[in-house]
Amino acid sequence: MFLKRVILAGAATLMSGAAILVSEPAAACEIDGRVSIIGNEFPAIHAVADGAKACSGGEVKANLTADHQKINVAGMTGNPAEYTTAIIANSSIVALMNEDVIRPLDDLVAKHGRSLKPNQLIRINDEVMAVAFMANAQHLVYRSDILEEAGIEPPETYEEMLAGAKVIRDKGLLQYPLGGAYKAGWNLAQEFNNMYIGHGGEFFKPGTAEVSINNEAGIATLEMLKALSEYMNPDFLTHDSNETSAEWKAGNVAMMNMWGSRMEPLKDPEQSSPEVVATTTLGAPMTVAGGSVPATTLWWDGWTVSKNISDADAEATFLAMMNGISPERLDDEMALLAVWLIEGYEPTPAATGVFAAANMDAVPYPMLPYQGLLHTALGNELVDFMQGKEDAAAALADVEAAYTAAAREKGFLN
Amino acid sequence: MLLFIALPILSVLLQSVHTPHDAVLIEIENCGPFGCTTSTTMDQEATRALRDEQPLGKFVGLDIYFDRGHLAVREVVQVWAESEGIGDFLASLNNLPFYRAMGFTLTFTFTVTPLMLIFGFMIALGVNSLHRKLKGFLIFFSLLPMIVSPLIGSLVLFWMIDSRGIIGSALQWIFSDPDLSLKASTGLTWVMLIVYGVWHAAPFSFIVLYAGLQTLPQDTLESAQIDGASRWQQVRYVVIPHLMPLITFIALIQLMDNFRVFEPIVGFNSAAHATSLSWFIFNDLSGETRLLSSAATSSVLTIIGVSILLAPVLVRTWRDFNAKG
Repeated sequence: MFLKRVILAGAATLMSGAAILVSEPAAACEIDGRVSIIGNEFPAIHAVADGAKACSGGEVKANLTADHQKINVAGMTGNPAEYTTAIIANSSIVALMNEDVIRPLDDLVAKHGRSLKPNQLIRINDEVMAVAFMANAQHLVYRSDILEEAGIEPPETYEEMLAGAKVIRDKGLLQYPLGGAYKAGWNLAQEFNNMYIGHGGEFFKPGTAEVSINNEAGIATLEMLKALSEYMNPDFLTHDSNETSAEWKAGNVAMMNMWGSRMEPLKDPEQSSPEVVATTTLGAPMTVAGGSVPATTLWWDGWTVSKNISDADAEATFLAMMNGISPERLDDEMALLAVWLIEGYEPTPAATGVFAAANMDAVPYPMLPYQGLLHTALGNELVDFMQGKEDAAAALADVEAAYTAAAREKGFLN
Repeated sequence: MLLFIALPILSVLLQSVHTPHDAVLIEIENCGPFGCTTSTTMDQEATRALRDEQPLGKFVGLDIYFDRGHLAVREVVQVWAESEGIGDFLASLNNLPFYRAMGFTLTFTFTVTPLMLIFGFMIALGVNSLHRKLKGFLIFFSLLPMIVSPLIGSLVLFWMIDSRGIIGSALQWIFSDPDLSLKASTGLTWVMLIVYGVWHAAPFSFIVLYAGLQTLPQDTLESAQIDGASRWQQVRYVVIPHLMPLITFIALIQLMDNFRVFEPIVGFNSAAHATSLSWFIFNDLSGETRLLSSAATSSVLTIIGVSILLAPVLVRTWRDFNAKG
């Protein structure tokens, strides 16, 4: 009798054990609430959103679009908010902080976030406001065959890049050997930021919202951007990362400063010609003007949780997004998409540039409440200089004036 | 009328004379994947207290209207005092965003509107004189540019005129200048936008004028023919006067539309060379900036601009109406 009970109990345990094993993938993420994601549109973000969608028990929606920054604040302002989470970067979290639409995550992290590494937690004023899942930076990428044919070494500084571009053009290898996302607006402003940081410039007078870029570092920055643009496709002011990548894939460019998250498609045989695939080589970010800080910025991408939603929805959102970045989902295919901050990630060849940037002590993009206003002013006012209609000092004075008008309106300056 | 027109305008007006409260900034520590840094953020509690007290924001009167992003009164006065002649003054004025946008918008409006009327009229006359069986097909064909959404239409052209696109390469070959780029020159970008504007809008004037041609009184035309009027004289003295009310109508709509030019600027990525008030609004509303008061001010200025443009046509229509009455 005793034996029979033992056998039965053992069988029951085995069966339930088997049941757990079978059903685990589906039951791994069980949520009880509404999840709605707003975020940028590139493969790594898709992978995270797909992971969130794998959860059962509640509705999970995702709106991934390049225009996410135009709608996320509005979509999180109402109560209840349309979006329960926004996937953002260190620049764009500022807009959400300024409008006070995201909630501190400390209690949810304590409850469900034990698997997160400490460096994934974005702490602002001692409160966890976001969970970072990937890092990004712009760095050098070059065509080893063209550089070899021209007899030049991969550049470590922008001065070497310029000299190399001249050699390539003079030898008739390529008419426009350099590439760059210099599209008027956000991209051009970002290139200014990189180069200005490389020159050791400070954007604001310490501790204030008063801009101070009209100085020697600013002028040197602009002169360098202009010099580089002479070796770019004449349409450079209309080329963002997509168009610049297209030029690269077509084999028209030999060297460029490009985002780490854009590297994988460049080496995709379905998009690039075989020789481009074989010779596209990643380098470290470059320095400029003898400085030691590389002319680039470090970025993280992460997710937040809305303030204006019920606690149940917030918990469901947290769980779903945790599933999106869970170490179990990080397979070989997903590992190639980005430099993940997730536990268990092993750097792939596509990640070398971003790691080089971090090892060179590149600075993170500043998270100041008024940095976005300066970014916009730079993007609009530098085009005159890039077209040769204005000198550098006048362009920088215009940027300062445009920024000051905007900062005054937003209440950052009196 | 009250709900859909008066209230929104009122709300925009209200927004344009208020700005957000002064931000209360505090020093804090930020930590993330790249270590900790001292940074600045907004003190949300203090800011919320200010907001609750005055939910509309800080009243600033017409400050936003007069700041550098809009009418730039102070800058204009300064430029006037410093410039050496009218040419120098205009060049400096062109450095201020509002006046630069107006420069392009007015050029665009006053070239596209007459050109699209002329082209539309010519197409209408041409199609009208065709055989009945050909007409239907050709009308559909001529309407295509209007059917294509403006953003798609401009994107298609944008790729064709790229320096590696089919039109861009063809132009480089024709002028044997490998550096020729439509997108890199302000003048050529304006020409391209105007050509696109005419291409997109001509079908509208064509279809309206074509409908008008169907009501042309045949006996008047016949008497003109008997009197020995040439084809040109028939058009000039019979057809055009008959279509005049329609032409006024098209001009009215098009002046309004062209003043608000927006899609081609986005589609052609031409913000570096040409901007408009509508583009300002779009730019102000984008994520990291969100200058709501500035966007509201640009909207009010657009309304004022459209009213000024339409005033002569409206006054004229009013007089005609009264004369007939």
